[in-house]
Amino acid sequence: MGQANRMTNTGANCHQEVISLEGVSFSFQQQSVISDLSFAVKERDFIGLIGTNGAGKTTLLRMIVGLLKPTSGTIRLFGEKVDRFKQWERIGYVPQKNSLNPLFPATVREVVLSGLFGRSKLFKRMNKEDYKKCEDALHAMGIDDLQDKRIGQLSGGQQQRVFLARALINNPSLLILDEPTVGIDTETQESFFHMIKHMHQHHNITFLMVSHDLDMIRSYLGQEPAASNGKLKFHIKHSHETQDCVENDLAHSLKGLREQMESRKEVVLIGDRN
Amino acid sequence: MEIVTSEFFQRALIGGLLIGVTAPLMGLFLVLRRLSMIGDTLSHVSIAGVALGFLIGVYPIAVGLIFAIAASFAIEKLRKAYKSYAELSIAIIMSGGVALASLLFTMGKGFNNNVNSYLFGSIYTLNSTDLYVIGGVTVVVLIAIWSQVKELFLITFDEDAAAVSGLPVKFYNVMISVLTALVISVSIKIVGALLVSALLTIPAACSLIIARSFRQSVITVVIIGELAVVAGLLIAGIWNLAPGGTIVLLLIAVLLLLLVFRRGVRAGS
Repeated sequence: MGQANRMTNTGANCHQEVISLEGVSFSFQQQSVISDLSFAVKERDFIGLIGTNGAGKTTLLRMIVGLLKPTSGTIRLFGEKVDRFKQWERIGYVPQKNSLNPLFPATVREVVLSGLFGRSKLFKRMNKEDYKKCEDALHAMGIDDLQDKRIGQLSGGQQQRVFLARALINNPSLLILDEPTVGIDTETQESFFHMIKHMHQHHNITFLMVSHDLDMIRSYLGQEPAASNGKLKFHIKHSHETQDCVENDLAHSLKGLREQMESRKEVVLIGDRN
Repeated sequence: MEIVTSEFFQRALIGGLLIGVTAPLMGLFLVLRRLSMIGDTLSHVSIAGVALGFLIGVYPIAVGLIFAIAASFAIEKLRKAYKSYAELSIAIIMSGGVALASLLFTMGKGFNNNVNSYLFGSIYTLNSTDLYVIGGVTVVVLIAIWSQVKELFLITFDEDAAAVSGLPVKFYNVMISVLTALVISVSIKIVGALLVSALLTIPAACSLIIARSFRQSVITVVIIGELAVVAGLLIAGIWNLAPGGTIVLLLIAVLLLLLVFRRGVRAGS
């Protein structure tokens, strides 16, 4: 339990704390799920969260985004207590895909645009700039040609790109992914992770990802967990371990990556494994 | 045919045109949130309110509305207690409403005929006060949906993502419940409490078959709702049939046609 405290002291101090937890506990029906968890995520850190079923991964994620209240302790986002946090447009959230109803009447474009709806003003209609952002996000994920399709018609991998595009439309500084590759074939998973890694290395985005994919987490974030709490294990790549060059144009840089991957798919998939 | 030009029929037609927009719109949000049965529950509870209104001599639709709003809050509370068994709370409140209504019916034997018109709907009983109330509710519902359609879409599509993007999810849940209660309590005099839920859910069921986008589904439910209400009232007026039943059977016919047509399209392609 106390082990997790180590994390607060590592990493460069010049970086802002994006997420911080102090003595966070959560119990459900008198059963302790998470107890006395403290850690801090700094700007551009990549946190991979692993744990068995019932370890509290989703519980922790839901507490961090304010969907669940911790039994005790404090959670801060960008230095602000989560229940008073207002700048939600800084956070991109990719939920588990299996919550989607395949019959839901919504096009890919409507879903991606909905990433902007949370912060829009009363009576405000979507304007040209918003549609441009949507185009860029679709383009970055390489799903331009799917934008008029009903979301339920897409394959699992394509749907995941749609949800990632929705999360990216606000240019978030923190991206939270809840088991993003459940039910997706291995090859699609590989390219999805490749894209995630690319975003982490070349853009100013902090990542918190829950995953069951041990291989991916270990190969990118190190074999051993940096900290643990009960059955929860935290694998971390700190901001100072990533390259410093930051590109601003996400759409452009992901397009470059995609072209590169398409032209030498085999090489990227193999070379990527370290 | 003279009935069509009569004043009471034209009142019914105007009332029908108004609820033909609002009921399917609210229904679309309910169906997409898997709360199809909520319309049934609220209408059964509001019948108890209507009966109480007759008993104490207060405008029945108003009392019905208060009952429906109270029921929608009670459902929200119970839903939290039973978490994933949300439909349990809907069933409990529905039988509670019917039980209360049956008690109130037996207490005031004199108004049974009047109550009947609320159970199955009657185009003959709509007065101009009713029309003003329906008009007011329509304005409120349309303004709310028009101004909040983006937020309502987000909350309907993915409640968690809506919360994470900073939307006050609780507020919108209450808003949807109250608007639904409003629409149902003014609709029961035209369609009937036992049938109003069809006007909420069947247009949405049709739109799930044909609409590709959310925008299209909004348009679809309104067109289908209006067609069924206007055609249903005309047929019911001319052949002296129950309006609620006629409207609902027309809606089901449209749904069946769409299902058959879709199969035809699939087989052909």
